[in-house]
Amino acid sequence: MRMTGAQALIASLEKENVEVIFGYPGGAILSVYDALYDSRIRHVLTRHEQGAAHAADGYARASGRPGVCMATSGPGATNLVTGLATAHMDSIPIVAITGQVARDSIGRDAFQEADVTGITMPITKHNYLVKQAEDIPRIVKEAFHIATTGRPGPVLIDLPKDVAAATIEFSYPDTVDLPGYKPTLYGHPKQIEEAARALAQAERPVLYVGGGVIAAGASAEVQALAEKAHIPTTTTLMALGAFPAHHPLFLGMPGMHGTVEANLALHECDLLIAVGVRFDDRVTGDVRKFSPHSTKIHIDIDPAEIGKNVKVDIPIVGDARLVLRALLDKVEPALHPAWMEQIAQWRAEHPLGYYSDGDSLMPQFVVEKVYEVTEGKAILTTDVGQHQMWAAQYYRCERPRQFISSGGLGTMGFGFPAAIGAQIANPDQPVFCISGDGSFQMNIQELATAVENDLPVKVCVLNNAFLGMVRQWQQLFYRTRYSASRMSTPDFAKVAEAYGATGLRVQKAADVVPALRTALATPGPVVIDFQVSPEANVWPMIPAGASVDQIMGLDQMPGPGEARAAGGRHSQAGVPAEAGAKAKRTAGGE
Amino acid sequence: MRHTLAVLVQNQPGVLARVAGLFSRRGFNIESISVGTTEMPGVSRMTLVAQADEDELEQLTKQLHKLIDVLKISDITQDESVDRELALIKINAEPGNRTEVLQVVDIFRGKIVDVGDRSLIAEVTGATDKVEAMIQLLRPYGIKELVRTGKVAMVRGSKSIA
Ligand SMILES: Cc1ncc(C[n+]2csc(CCOP(=O)(O)OP(=O)(O)O)c2C)c(N)n1
Repeated sequence: MRMTGAQALIASLEKENVEVIFGYPGGAILSVYDALYDSRIRHVLTRHEQGAAHAADGYARASGRPGVCMATSGPGATNLVTGLATAHMDSIPIVAITGQVARDSIGRDAFQEADVTGITMPITKHNYLVKQAEDIPRIVKEAFHIATTGRPGPVLIDLPKDVAAATIEFSYPDTVDLPGYKPTLYGHPKQIEEAARALAQAERPVLYVGGGVIAAGASAEVQALAEKAHIPTTTTLMALGAFPAHHPLFLGMPGMHGTVEANLALHECDLLIAVGVRFDDRVTGDVRKFSPHSTKIHIDIDPAEIGKNVKVDIPIVGDARLVLRALLDKVEPALHPAWMEQIAQWRAEHPLGYYSDGDSLMPQFVVEKVYEVTEGKAILTTDVGQHQMWAAQYYRCERPRQFISSGGLGTMGFGFPAAIGAQIANPDQPVFCISGDGSFQMNIQELATAVENDLPVKVCVLNNAFLGMVRQWQQLFYRTRYSASRMSTPDFAKVAEAYGATGLRVQKAADVVPALRTALATPGPVVIDFQVSPEANVWPMIPAGASVDQIMGLDQMPGPGEARAAGGRHSQAGVPAEAGAKAKRTAGGE
Repeated sequence: MRHTLAVLVQNQPGVLARVAGLFSRRGFNIESISVGTTEMPGVSRMTLVAQADEDELEQLTKQLHKLIDVLKISDITQDESVDRELALIKINAEPGNRTEVLQVVDIFRGKIVDVGDRSLIAEVTGATDKVEAMIQLLRPYGIKELVRTGKVAMVRGSKSIA
């Protein structure tokens, strides 16, 4: 069939079963938008291209299908950049399409020209500048293949305006021919046997599970392995929900704001089984002191992850699901009662918890109530900051793809557009965005998108009138000099109303649950402005570059027997002197 | 340690930028890089010389492999190989020292490829240390301009890297 390059692009996206594109039009991409006019593919007009990229990302994280976003050349494309970098760091499959100036204008600083393939080279898995219209079907086919296979990631297609306008004979390829791209799926049998042997000998094993497990759809296999060989399991921020939070073998999240038991278990274990993780510094702290007594097995589809940050003893390159299945066959059932006993003791000594700050509304309390009111079933997206950590700590996720957060890049402004994408992928499920007053304002304009598309996304702003996480670091490591972290905030409820959404404001603990119930019962988007304690801190905390022996804030969490959220003690009542001094030595920057 | 990598890549636009960008992004040092076409249509070969310890080399190789356009990487540092580099050197050559310059070039089996009033261009091919040695010997006469290709290398015998 003869058609234009633009039509061929849309036809190719249809062949890939794309159901929705998040995007924003402009001069260089007009012919693609014109072709889209005749397509069954839904287009969601965001109010900023960054919102489009994050929405495509949220769609992908929530559904497991690749997200698609689109923008015009120059400023449209550069506005996608933060979203692409976010997806790249977290290995999320996205196909981004950008318009480009006509071929004969490239390199002449034409109007709205930017070197988008150059700019996005380090933040995409691969990218293309389409040189001739005949290549469009092949490139789209390859882009989806590359984005979704192996270690997933974003792929960008830059389409010059005249290429989109050229006429071609359309036929869509059935296969891709990429001789330089052959991800290894099956782990080496010898390595798997060695891993099974190590497991048979282990007395204190720990499973350290990351986002790769969600990408591989390997949650069931992780749980089966944990249960068969009795292995306590910790899931990183990227993997929350990959292992049910109520499982007796669950340790919680590891790392800087992880649970005491997860961090101590990582430190004391004699066998570490790392699956789909990249030993991020937010988990390991000082890598030289990380898990010093353990034999380390590392299962990952990306060979470059193995040995990148931490030396491993038994590397297994392959798809987490396939490798774990093979490993399960070789593993003997085991029990580790003494080890579990030890972990239970750690947990009992230092459970997650917080003290109330006088009469103030506690942000942790809000997250707990969001959990209760949604019965733990909502899809939760977060922005970045303290609220993100409280969401990770207090919303106990049970299933993969339930918890959606920017882990690697830590992008403020991610949460709300990601919630829009997640809601579009799952129209019938409740989607909550836990945000901060700083983060929400980074993409607050997407309220218009949510209203226009009648999306029942509920935004819970934990409004502390601070860039809270920055303030916490300044309090702990910069002598409480609150440089540029205090912030006046708008009336979020009124902003919501102005956009045509519903806005609520909550100042008292007693009003939290009723407001959440109202929000759930209200169709369309709802913003709840929770005016929370301004100086609550996230505990526990291992300062950047430190190790588990420098953990801070244990006295800020109620101990055994003490009532949780007991009044009287102030959660920000200062840092324990010793821990504070240690932390100062090791503090980096956020 | 200095490593020589032979890298086969698909001859796509931007492939050199991808490889060079990867090096700088990941903090690896390239000493030289040379690229050209091969016996296979659409396939180019890069010879990369880089300083790296074993761990760095492993990371570097794995990261290079992740580039979609990279087909094959061989570390030929330890192989018996033919290593060549070509240099063109423009030397001050006054009537007084012209003969001496010609002798130095001759010792290294270099060639004079251009003769001017007051200068000569010498061409030398060989392993990097030979090229280096000739440059050192010519330096006292005054080098006006120097250009080198960077190393290319091929493993001896019937084995090929492709
Ligand atoms: C785009 C971007 N800019 C800056 C930062 C640095 N940063 C990390 S957390 C934070 C504060 C976030 O404030 P807020 O959204 O109000 O959340 P809170 O910590 O108060 O819960 C900042 C500025 C970031 N992560 N992302």
